[in-house]
Amino acid sequence: METATKEQVIVIKDLVKAFGDKKILDGFNLTVEKGSNVVILGKSGSGKSVLIKCIIGLLQSDSGSIHVFKENISQMTEDELDQARSKIGFLFQSNALYDSMTIRENLEFPLIRHWVDISKEEVERLVNEALENVDLLHTLDMMPSELSGGMLKRVALARTMILRPEVILYDEPTTGLDPVTSREIENLILKLQKKNHTSSIIISHDMNCVKNTADLVVLLLEGKCYIKGTYEELKQSTDENIKQFFE
Amino acid sequence: MSLVIRFKNFLDETGNIARFTGRFFSVGIKPRYEHKEFFNQCYIIGYRSLPLVGLTAFIMGLVLTMQLRPSLVDYGVESQLPVMVGLAIVREIGPVITALIFAGKIGSSIGAELGSMKVTEQIDAMTVSGIKPFKYLVATRVLATTLMLPLLTILGDAISLFGAYLGVNIRSVTSFDLFFLQVFKSLDFSDVLPAITKTLFFGFAVGIVGCYKGFNSTKGTQGVGISANSAVVLSSVLIFIIDLLAVQITELLGLN
Ligand SMILES: Nc1ncnc2c1ncn2[C@@H]1O[C@H](COP(=O)(O)OP(=O)(O)O)[C@@H](O)[C@H]1O
Ligand SMILES: [Mg+2]
Repeated sequence: METATKEQVIVIKDLVKAFGDKKILDGFNLTVEKGSNVVILGKSGSGKSVLIKCIIGLLQSDSGSIHVFKENISQMTEDELDQARSKIGFLFQSNALYDSMTIRENLEFPLIRHWVDISKEEVERLVNEALENVDLLHTLDMMPSELSGGMLKRVALARTMILRPEVILYDEPTTGLDPVTSREIENLILKLQKKNHTSSIIISHDMNCVKNTADLVVLLLEGKCYIKGTYEELKQSTDENIKQFFE
Repeated sequence: MSLVIRFKNFLDETGNIARFTGRFFSVGIKPRYEHKEFFNQCYIIGYRSLPLVGLTAFIMGLVLTMQLRPSLVDYGVESQLPVMVGLAIVREIGPVITALIFAGKIGSSIGAELGSMKVTEQIDAMTVSGIKPFKYLVATRVLATTLMLPLLTILGDAISLFGAYLGVNIRSVTSFDLFFLQVFKSLDFSDVLPAITKTLFFGFAVGIVGCYKGFNSTKGTQGVGISANSAVVLSSVLIFIIDLLAVQITELLGLN
């Protein structure tokens, strides 16, 4: 592997996050290299969502450091965070599309907020392009409530991609979708990754998704990075904690 | 739950709402302002409440007049009916009933809307998209409720007085001019001003409580329901508490 030569996009060191006296993350370490997909495995409630919400500054970590593009997220002011967030995409597990707005408005929102000087024509063009990427141009003026689960996930994906982020955090992108739609989403993730040369962290316990998307798999257990390796390496493992995911 | 724990929770909640209110004054009223969303909320909160406020105000004026008449007849002062009804509506019943209807309609819808936005991560999505949810969602709604309730109250009072005019005319005949001449002759500036001023505070309470409950909604559809429900209950109670304080203050200021 050519690990030494690649740029490190996300570097997490000794991350600790507790709610009350419940330690969710307890000395978590992870490095994500440019252009790679890291999948985080872990049981429900193990703190996977908490981890990526710390990375984008939605949650404040208690100690440790998170560097994205060499900048420390945990020590940023609100304005600096806003700046950094325009380079980080986040796909929410529940899609989090604004249900009082049309699909068009949903996609326009991040554009006009992060790129304040952008022209109307440019917004229009980017929105159309983003929807075309996920084959949903015809939903432009629909409301989120009119779309199916898989379509909503694709729109959410389009919204995440619209700012061309260099890093994308996916929170369970295929959970709750049927196998066919799941494959579609995985392919979209891979397609957009190739197109925009993004690096990503993908949370998943859908082993098909892991197999198809992961360059590196990390198991989050008891707040720490329990083991990491490629899909094939982990599949061979005899460790009980790992084997249960492959059954 | 033991009484001690309940009392502690009550104090916690009070403290949290106070802090939320403090945040409104420190964060919410600084630029950048979300004009578009503010006007949108004024439309939703003000204009869309009109039919309900108008209907209840009309019925209230009518019923109040019909209920008061027999007592006044007993004392032989039936001619004072417009004065009595006018004072009751403008000083107390108009503002409070409008505020309660408003709390029921707007408080619950803000609580449910923000609550479901919270549990479906839409509020987090806003933060990620470079929008300050407190400004975009809370400040706009609280300002809109604070400004719209006084306007709704003034309109409600007017409709209520019209209902009262019809009520008077059920049993006797009064001309429109005479009725309103009597009403306005008995009304002072000191009757109207405190009554409208307190609705600013009622509106503020409905907005803050609705947003607070929504923002702190717990997971699941049940959590959203609880937010909406407790927003109405709490803001209704607050309306009465503020009303009580308002009476004391106007008395102290000698505005009675
Ligand atoms: N805002 C919060 N306040 C308190 N506890 C939280 C909060 N967010 C998450 N938790 C707790 O952290 C734990 C991990 O949650 P999460 O990261 O959502 O799990 P998952 O790995 O399934 O994504 C859960 O036990 C959850 O109750
Ligand atoms: Mg999760």
